[in-house]
Parts: sequence; structure tokens; C-alpha cells
Amino acid sequence: MSAAEKSEQQRLSVFKTYKLYVGGKFPRSESGRVYEVTDSKGKWLANAPQSSRKDARDAVVAARKAFGGWSGATAYNRGQILYRVAEMLEGRKEQFVREVADAEGLSKAKAAAVVDAAIDRWVWYAGWTDKIAQVVGGGNPVAGPFFNLSSPEPTGVVTVLAPQESSFLGLVSVIAPVIATGNTVIVIASEKSPLPALSLGEVLATSDVPGGVVNILSGRTSEIAAPLAAHQDVNAIDLAGADDVLAKELEIAAADNLKRVLRPQPVDYARTPGTERLTAFLETKTVWHPTGSLGASGSSY
Amino acid sequence: MPTSAPSPKLSTPLEQGGAPTHALGDVTASDSTLRRFLHGLPGVDPVGLEARAASLGTRSIKTTAKAYAIDLAISMVDLTTLEGADTPGKVRALGAKAVLPDPTDRTAPTTAAVCVYPDMVAVAKEAVAGSGVKVASVATAFPAGRAALPVKLADVRDAVAAGADEIDMVIDRGAFLAGRYLKVYDEIVAVKEASGAARLKVIFETGELSTYDNIRRASWLGMLAGADFIKTSTGKVAVNATPANTLLMLEAVRDFRAQTGVQVGVKPAGGIRTTKDAIKFLVVVNETAGEDWLDNHWFRFGASSLLNDLLMQRQKLATGRYSGPDYVTVD
Repeated sequence: MSAAEKSEQQRLSVFKTYKLYVGGKFPRSESGRVYEVTDSKGKWLANAPQSSRKDARDAVVAARKAFGGWSGATAYNRGQILYRVAEMLEGRKEQFVREVADAEGLSKAKAAAVVDAAIDRWVWYAGWTDKIAQVVGGGNPVAGPFFNLSSPEPTGVVTVLAPQESSFLGLVSVIAPVIATGNTVIVIASEKSPLPALSLGEVLATSDVPGGVVNILSGRTSEIAAPLAAHQDVNAIDLAGADDVLAKELEIAAADNLKRVLRPQPVDYARTPGTERLTAFLETKTVWHPTGSLGASGSSY
Repeated sequence: MPTSAPSPKLSTPLEQGGAPTHALGDVTASDSTLRRFLHGLPGVDPVGLEARAASLGTRSIKTTAKAYAIDLAISMVDLTTLEGADTPGKVRALGAKAVLPDPTDRTAPTTAAVCVYPDMVAVAKEAVAGSGVKVASVATAFPAGRAALPVKLADVRDAVAAGADEIDMVIDRGAFLAGRYLKVYDEIVAVKEASGAARLKVIFETGELSTYDNIRRASWLGMLAGADFIKTSTGKVAVNATPANTLLMLEAVRDFRAQTGVQVGVKPAGGIRTTKDAIKFLVVVNETAGEDWLDNHWFRFGASSLLNDLLMQRQKLATGRYSGPDYVTVD
């Protein structure tokens, strides 16, 4: 055995400490708790932070703080940034293929296909940022001397319960449409396999996505989701990752401040998604604008 | 600590000339005796002070104690607006908020006072009429204090004439830092006299005093001159109230009462924005000066955004749901 091979064998592997992604930073859980994450066969992979309701509260503060800047950015700029996420993911594909394969028990080829689809999903939504306004907004015909214009506006701070099974493609498919339109998001990663989500935070941090636009929490979904559903400063909640019992509970809690609720529904994340998730967290603003009296001398402008 | 605690309601007795009388009356006889006294105060150990302040900030205040602390803190807020852009409308809105901080919950206590510029005192007075909320006015060429004494006194008399219950004056930091302590002392005495029945808060602008030793000296100087309150800052400079400088001033008022029997209040101002911060300050008060100061007659917070955070925390305790900025007023 050569000396080089010997030192290779003796080297201790460096384990990664997975951390939350809140407000553009990577904190541990405020509670100091972690829980064990295993692969599909039950083999230990890593410890993930187990967030508490205070982490959720901090994430809301971060998301609210980021909302003004992100919703005020031009749609074109948001599109560029979402495309940048795809670029960054492309460079770290191998890591995500490994993590997705471990998390979902897929072969390497299948996991690679999933990661490719997730990267393409970012590109797909990047294209939508400056087009959705034409699809769901525009001029309305009215019987009077007015312009009547409708434009879609982001709802605000959105809590997303990421799908439990599709730990990466599903995750991207629920985050990207929410932020594409200018909302900020607090996402609760898949409880069983949060590692791809926590690694996505590292990609977002290096993709020009402003801190606080996406906040990623891992832990017990029901524990973190309950205070977020009741939180008065959260404007909408996507229940994609909730089971029937939890979804009902959260919807009741969310009613208190009239949150927009997207109920869980069966989705095939491999298919092209359509605009449903984009429009779920938009509000329509309609303005009437007088055209002025049209007298004999023409417009009064 | 005082061996025989005097009544907390004692106020400084004034002589005819305005200079206060107490056990330390003779130290202000001349510039040199005052200097000797102030420089004879024990030096401050900055590391120890900051460590003590930080360790008091680690106490966990929860449930009923937290509810008590939040209500106490609300009742101690001097709700402040000191902007060039203040309008009568804004002052009236602030007054309404001071009287009824949380319109959705009438059990929330009123704040201690509203704090405005002298020309807004009349408006503020009208807005809080009959509620028990006091009107405090900054005066003496706030915030710089760079004006001649007659101008400062005119400023004070204006505010008092308009109905101010409390006057927040700034000391002449230039004179203080140059070592002209008697000038600072005489100015405070003159302003105290001009304030009449209004309680006088003396602002040191601790962020400009450079050292903890200076803050301790300024505290004693202010108290010797008859201040009813000593206040950290104007809120207009980079460094405002910190737990450490407030702790230092609380030690000074405690020691001053032990020596003279006169109780003086403390008001940290500027930079206190969250409930967590406010509760840390209350812990410092309780552990340093004692329970006698846990009352809005003796301790105040100079703040504006703090009140909203206190109200949001109060709503959280009452309902179990986290509240948000949509449920408090924007001022």
C-alpha cells in the first residue's frame, strides 16, 4: 500500500452540520434541539435542527422585513434571480443527486432526473415572473369614460408546508411560484427528509435571493405549522405537506386573520405545473382611472 | 444600600435661591470643591459593569411575571415624537395612543407621558386632557444644548407656560467635557428654578460623555443640582441607552438616596425597541435600585416604537397567537 493510499484510509470524514436558513443566515434552532434523519432504509444520515415556535416567529419577522424589497423589485429582476438559482443548482447537482437518492431511495439515474426537473422548474417559473400580470391582469371593459385596470399583487408573507414525499422537486415546485410573484415565504421542509431543503438554503444564499425572501425550517411539521397558521402577520398558507387532520386544524387556525389557504391536493410534481400555484397567492388590485370629459374640443387633458 | 430607607415620595426641597439643600450641599460651594467631589467618586470598572449588565439580561421572565412586566413597561413609556416634521395631527394621534394604547383591549394601561417639542405642548396637553397622562417637553435647545442660558430658560418657561408637566433638559456637554462642572451645575439649577412645579429630567447624552466615569460624575452632578430624573440620551446620537449605562445611573440614584434621603428617577431613552430589551431594563432596575423604582414615578422609558412591540407581546399573551404590525398603529 502506498503512503498516499494509507493517508486516504486514515482520513476522518467531515460531517456536515445542517442548519436552518432564516433571514439570509444559517442559525441553529433557538431550542438547540436536533433530530435524526435517516435514509429510506433507516440508516442514519445526519442530524437536522428541530425548530421550535420561536424559530417560526423569527422567520416571520425576517420574511416580513424582506417583503417590501422583494415585492417592490421589478418582475424582470425577480426572473433573473430565479434563473440564477437554477444556475447555482446546476453547479451543485451532484450533491443534490446524492441527497435526493438517499432521502427518497431512488437510483442515481432517477435521482438525477428529479434534480434536473427541479432545476428546470426554477427556469420555468423565472420565465413567468414578468408574464403572469398579462395573464391574470389587464384592462377591463367598462360602460363609462374610465380606464379600468386590474393588476395582480403579491399577498405578503406565505407559509408553505412542503410536500412530505417529494423532498426536492416537490419543495421547489411549492417555493418557486410563491416567490416568483413577489411574496416572501417560510417553508417547513419535509419532516422525514429535510436535508435537500436545508442544502437548498445554501444555494439560495449564493443566488442573489435577498435574505428573508425564503426561510427554511426543519422539524416536526405539526409543531411548527400550528403557530404559523395562527400567526397574525402571516397572510397565506399552503398546506401541501399536511395530512387531512392537520390540514383541518391549520385551516381553522388560519381563519382568524382571514389567511388565504391553499388546501392539499394530489399533485404529480413531475408534470409541468400550470399557473395555479402562481395565482393562488396573488391578490387583484383594480383601479378606475378617469379618461376626462370628451367635449367638442377633445380631451380635457 | 440605605440602612433606613426613606420614603420614596420625598422630593428635593428647594431653598429660596434654587440650590437644593441636602447632606452634600457643601460640595457645590465652588468649582474646586465640586471637581474634587466628582473626581473623588470611585472609578467605574467597565468590564465588571458590562458583565453585570449582561448577566442581568439573561433572566428568563415568563407567563404571569412577563404579563406584569409588560403592563409595567407600558405604564412607564414616555411616548415620544421629536421630529422636525411633527404636525399637530401627529401629536394628537400620539396623545390618543398614549391614553388608549390598544383600542382592542381597554385593560392595557395608559403610558406615563407623551414627550414633544415645546411648541407642541399645548396640542399634546389637549390630546391627553383628563386621562392622567403627563405631557413632557424637551427644552433648553434640545438636542445639542448649544445656546445661551437666557435662550434655554426662555425655552423652558415657554414649555411650562404651555402646560408641560415635565421638562427634559440637556446638559451642556461641551462644558462638562471641558471640566467646567460648576457651569453645568448652575445651568441645571437655573432650569430647575424656571421649571417651577414641573418635574425636571436631566439628559446627559451618555453617548457623548466618552467614559463610564464621566457618566457617573454627570449623574451625581445632575442629582446635586436638583434633577428629579436623570436621563441617558436624546435619542439623536449613535449610542443611546444601554443596559450598562442605565445600570451605572441606577447605582448612582441608589447611592444618592442612601446619602441624602432624596430619591431621583431614571429614564433610559433611545434604542429600546423590543419587549425583551424593556424587560431586561426592568430586571436591572429591580436588582440595582430596588422595588421602590419599579413605578412610573421613578422610572421611564423614552421610546416610540417600543410601545408597539409591547402591545404585540401583550396581545400574544392574551390570545396565544403571535400578533403582527397590522394590529397596532403606525406612527
